[in-house]
Amino acid sequence: MEKEPSALRRGVAAHRRALSDGLHDGIPIALGYLVVGFTLGIAAKNAGFTPWQGFLASFFNNASAGEYAAFTLVAEDAPYWEMALMTLVANARYLLMSCVISQKFAPDASIWHRIFVGFDLTDEIFGISAARRGTLDPYYNYGAMAVALPGWAGGTMLGVIAGNALPGAVVSALSVALYGMFLAIIIPPAKLDRVVLGSVVLSFALSFLAGRLPLLSSLSGGTRTILLTVLIAAGAAALFPIRETEDQHEA
Amino acid sequence: MKHDIYVYLLVMSCVTLAIRILPLTLIRRQVKSRFLRSFLFYVPYVTLAVMTFPAIVEATQIPLAGALAMAGGIALAWAGASLFQVSAACCVIVFAAEYFFC
Repeated sequence: MEKEPSALRRGVAAHRRALSDGLHDGIPIALGYLVVGFTLGIAAKNAGFTPWQGFLASFFNNASAGEYAAFTLVAEDAPYWEMALMTLVANARYLLMSCVISQKFAPDASIWHRIFVGFDLTDEIFGISAARRGTLDPYYNYGAMAVALPGWAGGTMLGVIAGNALPGAVVSALSVALYGMFLAIIIPPAKLDRVVLGSVVLSFALSFLAGRLPLLSSLSGGTRTILLTVLIAAGAAALFPIRETEDQHEA
Repeated sequence: MKHDIYVYLLVMSCVTLAIRILPLTLIRRQVKSRFLRSFLFYVPYVTLAVMTFPAIVEATQIPLAGALAMAGGIALAWAGASLFQVSAACCVIVFAAEYFFC
């Protein structure tokens, strides 16, 4: 009986630490989201959204390209099935990210934790969760979500309300915040592992080329991301399979 | 307008959430295949790299600012700077570069 409360307290302390780590890592995400959400809000306004509808769209979708594509369809008064198809294509990469995170969870993690983590599995939150060592504590995601979700949805709402109020220089500077974060996630492991380094360099190069080649450049950015990710990651996996313990520690 | 914005919202939200939540809830065991495990190990790095470049260069008012931010971000991350530091430094680099070169 004496062991019980202290084990419980240790568990709570670990969750609390994960939560505060998540909040900390979520702050740059939230700042970037506020700005991207703001520009997205301008597109929502052009499609006829009220601030509340803009908030709802961002709160439940959390996807920049997917939402942008959806707003253009609303503006065109497109049929509902077209909206479903477009959202599916624009957001299909999250299917892959969700598969990756399914392997970071403890096998006995409850379905509710899986659902809530999936709810806000954005590119950025996926990035920081994948970079966590060991098993994923869902409270880490909840910490990041607690600041990122209001940043994204609130930013969109403000964008609908205030339109082009931010000066261009500020929007431009803040728009690289999210890319800076991606670099902070991929570079340190690339420094330690030659195959990761090679994959990253190859990804930069092919991504650049794919945007310029005749057939590939006509695809949406999201579709190109999926094609290149599957191609490069499968190639790396076939040529350089990981040692059995590696993925427990690294990604 | 023939279509209702709230129905649009419902359709897009259901599709997006299903994409994100279904694999997480359906794949409950560790994947055994060494190839698939390796594939899932490489996916985060590859997909984030693909999304970063050349997008970072296209996001800024002048491409040079984005390119400088990328070079600075890589150097700082290589030297061990934190997520927040790298991210903030990239913003400052873009702001300064556009101030000087615009």
